[in-house]
Amino acid sequence: MNPADPRRMAYTETYLDWNATAPARPEAAAAMSAALARCGNPSSVHRWGRAGRQMVERAREAVAALLVGGDPSNVIFVSGGTEANHLALLGAGRQRVLVSAVEHDSVRHAVPGSETIPVDCDGVVALDELDRLLAADPRPALVSVMFANNETGVIQPVAEIAAIARKYRALFHCDAVQAAGKFALDAGEIGADLITLSAHKLGGPPGVGALLVTGGLDLAPLFHGGGQERGRRAGTENLPGIAGFAAAAAASAGEIAIYDRVRALRDELESSIAAVAPDAVVLGAAAPRLPNTSAIAMPGIAAETQIIALDLDGVMVSAGAACSSGKVGPSHVLAAMGVGSDLAGSTIRVSLGWSSSEADIAHFLRAWTALYRRRRGFTDGARAA
Amino acid sequence: MTPVLAHTRPREASSTVANTPPIYLDNQSSTRVDPRVLETMLPYFTEDFGNPHSTSHAYGRIAAEAVERARGEIAALINADPRELVFTSGATESNNLAVKGAVHFARAHPQRGQLRDHIVALQTEHKCVLESCKELEREGFGVTYLPVKPNGLVSLAALEAAISERTLLVSVMAAHNEIGVIQPLAELGALCRSRGVLFHSDAAQAFGKIPLDVEAMQIDLLSISGHKIYGPKGIGALYVRRRPRVRLLPLIDGGGQERGLRSGTLPTPLCVGLGRAAAIAGVDMAGEAERLRRLRDRLLTNLARRVPGMRLNGDAEHRLPGSLNLSFPGISAQALIEATPSIAVSTGSACTSATVEPSYVLRALGLSDTLANASIRIGLGRFTTTAEADFAADALAAAATRLKGQEDAPT
Repeated sequence: MNPADPRRMAYTETYLDWNATAPARPEAAAAMSAALARCGNPSSVHRWGRAGRQMVERAREAVAALLVGGDPSNVIFVSGGTEANHLALLGAGRQRVLVSAVEHDSVRHAVPGSETIPVDCDGVVALDELDRLLAADPRPALVSVMFANNETGVIQPVAEIAAIARKYRALFHCDAVQAAGKFALDAGEIGADLITLSAHKLGGPPGVGALLVTGGLDLAPLFHGGGQERGRRAGTENLPGIAGFAAAAAASAGEIAIYDRVRALRDELESSIAAVAPDAVVLGAAAPRLPNTSAIAMPGIAAETQIIALDLDGVMVSAGAACSSGKVGPSHVLAAMGVGSDLAGSTIRVSLGWSSSEADIAHFLRAWTALYRRRRGFTDGARAA
Repeated sequence: MTPVLAHTRPREASSTVANTPPIYLDNQSSTRVDPRVLETMLPYFTEDFGNPHSTSHAYGRIAAEAVERARGEIAALINADPRELVFTSGATESNNLAVKGAVHFARAHPQRGQLRDHIVALQTEHKCVLESCKELEREGFGVTYLPVKPNGLVSLAALEAAISERTLLVSVMAAHNEIGVIQPLAELGALCRSRGVLFHSDAAQAFGKIPLDVEAMQIDLLSISGHKIYGPKGIGALYVRRRPRVRLLPLIDGGGQERGLRSGTLPTPLCVGLGRAAAIAGVDMAGEAERLRRLRDRLLTNLARRVPGMRLNGDAEHRLPGSLNLSFPGISAQALIEATPSIAVSTGSACTSATVEPSYVLRALGLSDTLANASIRIGLGRFTTTAEADFAADALAAAATRLKGQEDAPT
């Protein structure tokens, strides 16, 4: 936060809401600043336009390289993850669309009448159910399952899902918005026909994302107009955004190893909470998860109460997805996992990033423990643990 | 002229062009981000980077406040309520949302059994309006592509005749991207209102350059772009009237942002940039328009004196201050552009300028293919100086004279 901002808290601030958005990486900020200082429409044929065109093509390579085996020619630049998910699900034009019960709202709401693939109590897609659903109806289908969940961090068995989809000649779309840049992704292993990426979740700017479309797949555009992005996405390219996306992608692809450290911090956070609060629950902990995400329930205390208390102590987390402003509804993700509404309503999301530190974790634990002890009626009067 | 930028590495800033960059006279295609706009945007990338929908904490609230401030700045420029503005990724999305969204809502919610499944758009609308209309035709809706007068202006009588009981929406570009003509918006609004038809106007080129008033002009839907007014690319807005309420179906659903009309995380820095660009444009719109008008007329006079037979396309009077579209009979526009590498101009819309087909806009004005292919578009802007305009006139006149001498056949 701007140090000159009068709303700035007087004490330490700890940002642990990286799954909502991440600050721009220095490399991304530099690339954007440089690109913002230039003008030119990449569709123009004059020199300034051609320079913009070259930049976009180089950016395709950097973004594709977020995945081992990513093909630059598959990259379509769009305005973000939500648009990419719509373009994938609507553009593919399949009669049946099956989405997992824990998908982001932008997938769940993209196609009216889409069918739901159930998940188990850890939030992992039930593979036999997917097989059964596809076997039951021969119409051409598209299966959409995210790589990792935004609220719990739970990672899906995407290779198995791809294999099942392939068996029934269904297309497979994978929303990898939360995983990209935090986890080594391999296009071949994922086996998806369509993959969604977002810049601002990995240190690029908001307002830009990409859909990776396997070559040869026919995709109807969501926006009609000028023939940009080979007719699949009309609209003047967001050059600075694309430049920032590319720079952030290159930086994060080279720094995946940082997430070993982030994982250690996250695990330390969870074990410290378990030691202080035996009744606290980490949702989805039994499944493979992203290294940075923890969904933690403090039973009996509303998530909203926890967030406000933590915010007052300078710790910023969220109750789940940051979507329509101010909305705090029950999480469809936790509900799908069979988590009761009481427990779900007392769950917060803590998400770390590449620059999260020991001090951030200690700050969070101090604030969380103080709240816990206060609400559990500890009488020592100390706010700190 | 080059703004001083935070975070800019000189190596990167100068890497795109090997030598002196050409004089930029393609401001209808895109504009340079105003340094003041850039300065306002930058902190929202790095320091105040919060997700504006994460209002449970301070970072999110600061971002949300900035977004709402920007919404107010945009609304103020068109006499709208801030709640009537929906942020989008740009004018292409705004136009798609306006046209498809209105038609799809009408189909889903027919009024008193009355079928409204017809649209009227000018033949000279931007590709993204025309392509949206074509898509709607494939879905079974009716579209009238209305011819324009030879000066590019709409014929109100023809429009009135084209509107039927089934017409839902009329789409007319406020100021034209290729030929610069300004349509009679107040008359169009009054006509549409009197016939109970929605009036959509693509104001990507007009917003911030000429006065727009959605109340006085009775506009129901208005598309806005950031990068045409010295703001950033990747951001636009759609004005959606609240009283009487205009209903749309969203193109993009999900988190329910923007009152359900446009889901997706709002890009705070881009919203802030569009807001600031709008505020700056509003400060001295009349003065800047007058400056550009003089500059444009000076350029036109210089050229006309030295290039006999040159003609201006589009109405001379009802025209954007910085915009010219000129035909050089007997000269290929492509050859002219190649012969003047020191200036950046175009043959028309950037979206289609890589194609060799003659401009459908100039064709709609009655120009032959040959004459359309002999036409260039010049866009003067905020950062264009008198010296640059004079230089451009010299360069173009010299090249035209030379090419004419060679009697180049258009390819």
